[in-house]
Amino acid sequence: MEEYVVEMRDIVKSFGSLRANDNISLRLRKGEILALLGENGAGKSTLMSILFGLYKADSGSIFVRGSKVRITSPNVANELGIGMVHQHFKLVHNFTVTENIVLGLEPQKGISMNLKGAAERIRTLSQKYGLDVDPNAKIENISVGMQQRVEILKMLYRNADVLIFDEPTAVLTPMEIRELIAIMRGLISEGKSIILITHKLGEIKEVADYCTIIRRGKLVDTVKVSDATQQKMAEMMVGHEISFVIDKKEREPGPPVLTVENLSVKNTQGSLGLTDFSLTVHSGEIVGIAGVDGNGQSELVEAVTGLCRSEKGSITINGQDITRASIAQRIHKGISHIPEDRQKRGLVPDYTIEENMILEVYGQPPFSKHGLLNKKEIRAYARKIVDDFDVRSSAGVLSKAGTLSGGNQQKAIIGRELQKQPDLLIAVQPTRGLDVGSIEYIHKRIVEQRDAGKAVLLVSLELDEVLQLSDRIVAINAGRITGEILAKDADENQVGLMMAGVRGKGNPQS
Amino acid sequence: MVSICAILLGFVAGAVLMMTSSSNPLSGFMYLFQGGLKGVSRFCNTLAYAVPLMLTGLSVSFAFQTGLFNIGAPGQMLIGGIFATSLALTLDMPRVVMLAIVISAAIAGGTLWGAIPGLLKAKFNVNEVVSGIMLNWIAYWIVYITISDNFKSATIDTESQAIPGAASLREPFLTRLTGGSNLNLGILIALIATALVVFILAKTVMGYEMKAVGFNSSAAEYGGINVAKNAILAMAISGALSGLAGLTFYMGYSNNMRIGIMPSQGFDGIAVALLANSNPIGVLLSAFFFAILQTGKGFMNAMMPIPPEIADTIIAVIIYFAAASKLIEINMDRIKGFVLRRMGKAKAKKGGQ
Repeated sequence: MEEYVVEMRDIVKSFGSLRANDNISLRLRKGEILALLGENGAGKSTLMSILFGLYKADSGSIFVRGSKVRITSPNVANELGIGMVHQHFKLVHNFTVTENIVLGLEPQKGISMNLKGAAERIRTLSQKYGLDVDPNAKIENISVGMQQRVEILKMLYRNADVLIFDEPTAVLTPMEIRELIAIMRGLISEGKSIILITHKLGEIKEVADYCTIIRRGKLVDTVKVSDATQQKMAEMMVGHEISFVIDKKEREPGPPVLTVENLSVKNTQGSLGLTDFSLTVHSGEIVGIAGVDGNGQSELVEAVTGLCRSEKGSITINGQDITRASIAQRIHKGISHIPEDRQKRGLVPDYTIEENMILEVYGQPPFSKHGLLNKKEIRAYARKIVDDFDVRSSAGVLSKAGTLSGGNQQKAIIGRELQKQPDLLIAVQPTRGLDVGSIEYIHKRIVEQRDAGKAVLLVSLELDEVLQLSDRIVAINAGRITGEILAKDADENQVGLMMAGVRGKGNPQS
Repeated sequence: MVSICAILLGFVAGAVLMMTSSSNPLSGFMYLFQGGLKGVSRFCNTLAYAVPLMLTGLSVSFAFQTGLFNIGAPGQMLIGGIFATSLALTLDMPRVVMLAIVISAAIAGGTLWGAIPGLLKAKFNVNEVVSGIMLNWIAYWIVYITISDNFKSATIDTESQAIPGAASLREPFLTRLTGGSNLNLGILIALIATALVVFILAKTVMGYEMKAVGFNSSAAEYGGINVAKNAILAMAISGALSGLAGLTFYMGYSNNMRIGIMPSQGFDGIAVALLANSNPIGVLLSAFFFAILQTGKGFMNAMMPIPPEIADTIIAVIIYFAAASKLIEINMDRIKGFVLRRMGKAKAKKGGQ
């Protein structure tokens, strides 16, 4: 009998009436990368939270290296050698890398801390596993990729043998994703075992040995990745056939809806994040901004939506100048915004779903009159969005938004923004954290907006998404346009070069 | 649930202390509650004592609900009180008019004193705790100067003149009805204020905006809500409530303003709000509960050798546990299991008989 390093048998976990895990079994062999695939809300994070000691299963058993164990807290999980790299990092922003890694296990020298010794150990670990970090840098100053490496080191510092990665590539640039895959291979070669929660089928094919597929809390199957196609795995995940290609017909763009002229915007450090940026989005057109994270996309979106002031330049919607207009006014003029950070900007976590669905329109009839809220109308409106966009939660529209899974939160936000029938839809990373089935649906809805004559400004770090969805692609680097090209004429390498700063064809500026 | 656990733990602590002064805790608590509740007169006195606490509790919890810490409640009480007192001692009009004037004055004073920290926070990001505390002391000295220069009582240097009956919240009919207690019109003010607060927070656009700003100001901003305006508005309303607390204390429960005293009800309001978890109805109950402990301790001390400070200790322990609510939540499963097992044992015993 082959011994599994981790085995979970018949796990059942319910939250109220929602059966998050319904008799799920999972097995991980030593030195193996097991992918855990499932739609959002399918129960993957719950299952792994049970393994990591954050939740207790209602029934079922867990075996580590053949012995039955009771994992009552993350500390116990750590002692058993299980570590988790969370999707939303658990780092203290004004502490250094070293301080974060030793947090909870502070090395003492008499009554003071021996940070130098810890830093040394961290340096050794980081060299051994190829995890490049600066032990003395503060978390708030390092890149997301390095922050993730700090999370990994936290686990290795505690001698984890089994590492659980929760949607690790959701926050990385394409280059950082390649680095992470190399890191994972390195960990395996050092004898670790990995469980990878993801719904990026391409990555599963590239790096995983086996894949366990979960749907709506139930186990569908465990397949050997080399024997299965992406198509097959996707279909097992959603339970029906999936089309990977977006059905988009050619369309003549109409009059301009959004006109941005010579826009310059300061970034959070005080220097110019966007310089002399000009752009037009017409009705019935999807313009995609292609660029590596941090090259001015955030500044562009914040200036257009009104979240920050511009230094110079103008912004016009349907011929009206909104450069100095308030956010509420811009919303009124027909701008919808799917924000980059759904937890910071997109939702009020302590508000229920129905309270969140009216976040921009609460002041308008029929949702309120004479300053009083109309609960009935609000509830009906929220229910419609939840049904249309398949937002799953434990208590329907009365669930607190913070209790929804990441993917369902995203669906709720998208539903809210599309329901307003905006003239201009600004979608930033609209399908971040969503599974294949939801991505397909959201892409379809965005194309529908465009076909109905709306203007769409798409900002995405997924180059595939930009290439597939856009009619026209604008590449951005260091706050300036580096290229503009029609999607049908573009290919990945060309756009990639433009994103990297190499001026491409069709670039109006020198 | 957490609040109940906190209260029970407070009582346990009180019981332990009572035993150390060689007293029977059960008798101790019996006298404590009798002192607060036995008879119409005592009950109504407790109720009257609770009124300013209800209002400051509402004030602090309203601010909490909108993400702000109104530690300036004492200052708002003082300014609301001094505005009302000054007008009461200067104008002479029919009762109904006087009442309208003093209530408006108290609201105006409290609103002003609450809006200032709100404005400083919204425009300059000044921490409202710091500005609140500073304004408490500015209010303290404003009251000192105003009363000393203008409204000093003929007999006692540190008190203002007595509030004329026409302006006072004391209603002779009520006093007679409740056996000579201190119950006054303030209770009506407290109840109406509570109803208004519940209404605003649950049903109005204004309440929706304020709560959104309190829960997640980034998302509120994204949704087009004016964060600065709502922060100021929330602090202003919170101030108005504390201003009313000042009115009910100085011109209802009491009959004048004393200088050189920072009203403790201002700070106690924080404890009341904490125990009630910022729920408005909970605040009423929580304030009444605190009042029982305060008014009952004298009687307890008269009947048994238990120092009245025990009541303050109980309150302190309750506040400690209410604040450390996380601690109780983490152990909630254990507590539930313990209670259920005890109940199961009792049932089994009964069944066996």
